[in-house]
Amino acid sequence: MSPVLQLRNLRKAYGALKVTDDVSLDVTRGELHAIIGPNGAGKTTLIHQISGIASSDGGQIFFEGADVTSEKMHQLVARGLARSFQITSILPGFTALENVAMAVQAREGTSFRFFGDPAREEVLTAPAMEALRIVNLEARADIPSGELSHGEKRQLELAIALATQPKMLLLDEPLAGTGREESERVVATLKSLKGHYTILLIEHDMEAVFQLADRVSVLVYGRIIASGPPDEVRADPEVRKAYLGEEA
Amino acid sequence: MQQTAPGKAAASEADAPKPGTALAATRIRVAHVAIPFLLFTLFAILPAFAQFGAEGYILSLVMRVMIFAIAAMSLDLILGYGAMVSFGHAAFIGIGAYGAGILMRHTVDDFFLQLGAALGASALFALATGALSLRTKGVYFIMITLAFGQMAFFFFVSLAAYGGDDGMTLRTRPLIFGQDWLAHRHFLYYLIFACMLGVYLLLRAIVGSRFGRVLRGAKENPVRMQAIGFSPYRFQLAAYVIAGTICGLAGFLLAHQTEFIAPAFMTWQRSGELIVMVVLGGMGTLHGAIIGAAAFLILEELLSRITQDWKLIFGPFLVLVALFARGGIMGYLRKRGLK
Repeated sequence: MSPVLQLRNLRKAYGALKVTDDVSLDVTRGELHAIIGPNGAGKTTLIHQISGIASSDGGQIFFEGADVTSEKMHQLVARGLARSFQITSILPGFTALENVAMAVQAREGTSFRFFGDPAREEVLTAPAMEALRIVNLEARADIPSGELSHGEKRQLELAIALATQPKMLLLDEPLAGTGREESERVVATLKSLKGHYTILLIEHDMEAVFQLADRVSVLVYGRIIASGPPDEVRADPEVRKAYLGEEA
Repeated sequence: MQQTAPGKAAASEADAPKPGTALAATRIRVAHVAIPFLLFTLFAILPAFAQFGAEGYILSLVMRVMIFAIAAMSLDLILGYGAMVSFGHAAFIGIGAYGAGILMRHTVDDFFLQLGAALGASALFALATGALSLRTKGVYFIMITLAFGQMAFFFFVSLAAYGGDDGMTLRTRPLIFGQDWLAHRHFLYYLIFACMLGVYLLLRAIVGSRFGRVLRGAKENPVRMQAIGFSPYRFQLAAYVIAGTICGLAGFLLAHQTEFIAPAFMTWQRSGELIVMVVLGGMGTLHGAIIGAAAFLILEELLSRITQDWKLIFGPFLVLVALFARGGIMGYLRKRGLK
């Protein structure tokens, strides 16, 4: 299996603080790869680097074989690398359906069209409804997204990412701030996506990670200290000391 | 079906909403059709009543209102729908006016040639300054648009051949197909009216289109827009050029309505007044900009009759609007009328 995403010796420092320290990682097609690590390990910075929000000080990022190290986020999305955010990022003034339709619009035809009502364009609304259906939000399609519950917003973010027709999903703590019931729904959605998409998941919720992931990498102080199948990583003494021991 | 707010479902309860049609939209659409309709009807029939008063005075005040309504609507496109606070928008009024005046000075009296020059120059200035300004955000965008506005202002001040600081009176009226139709006061009135209506309909279409959606999305959350694959810059620049060109039209009309052009059309205070008109009327509504322009200019007219220091009254009024009528006059009406 060819790797979809390859990180080679990726670095990033804020002043003297090494936030990403020589990170190399391969994510193969179709796998769900989880990155875990204690707070401040540099998980979000790493995902910002991969998704093109933050620049890297050194190293390279390859997506489907192409060097995308210096590409911007909107270019990476066009290549098929979609992401969600740890802190919910939606368009609160638009309905749930419009949020998703906007993502469809980015892919479908030109947006330099100054006339006509996009709400009547079947090519936009049909795929958008489909994406909402996948995350079980179709009943809430016409609700202004700012009025959705927190868990529903997390689901909506997933639907938006799916509507960009991604080849790979970068998910930044999709369970952050959700209650038990809500998080079960998100986990169920992630399970249904697994296998259909290559997924790089950053998550704090250990239970969910070991349920979902094919492989797990542990990030501590910007370095990957272990990488492998969940059971192996869970048993790794180094990991227990650095992370699991503290938390469990 | 979950209700969003107690009041919101009322209007659309009768007809079961199909997927894809927003509940709240029905209610808002009523306001978006009824108020503009009333507004334009009022402007359309006003000349019939003006003859009972000081006709010339009333007509020229209302023409001025309509011209500034065009300018304010153009600003609303970038300010209200795109969150681009341009503090140099009056520059386009000046460029549009000088586009007409300079050609006329060189005996090019054709209406359409002058119009083309005014709009073309405005579009080019918008493209050049917008391309640079939009690389900045927030306060820096305000600063840089102000700076470009001032550069345009001083450029025209320095043009001694065209009256410099004092400006100049236009030699004659422009000819439409070789005819002096603008000699009729009512013709000019309805020409301006048609421009205002046309601009309103054009902008209404634009903000509702695919393009408008991207613009509004980039206002709400630019990072989200990038994360779905849009680069907001190109859309914002296009909106900036459209707004600048339309504001140039306002300047062109102003030159022919006053038969005079001067750098005073494009001071930074004037840019500030345009912002006040948009905010006063209600940002992001378009017809709010018309109401704001009318309120501003009519209040200015009435208050300045009472006292020379009319701004002493107008200032506190604006403070009250900012404090108690968030969303401007339109926001106030929406709260009162539809609850």
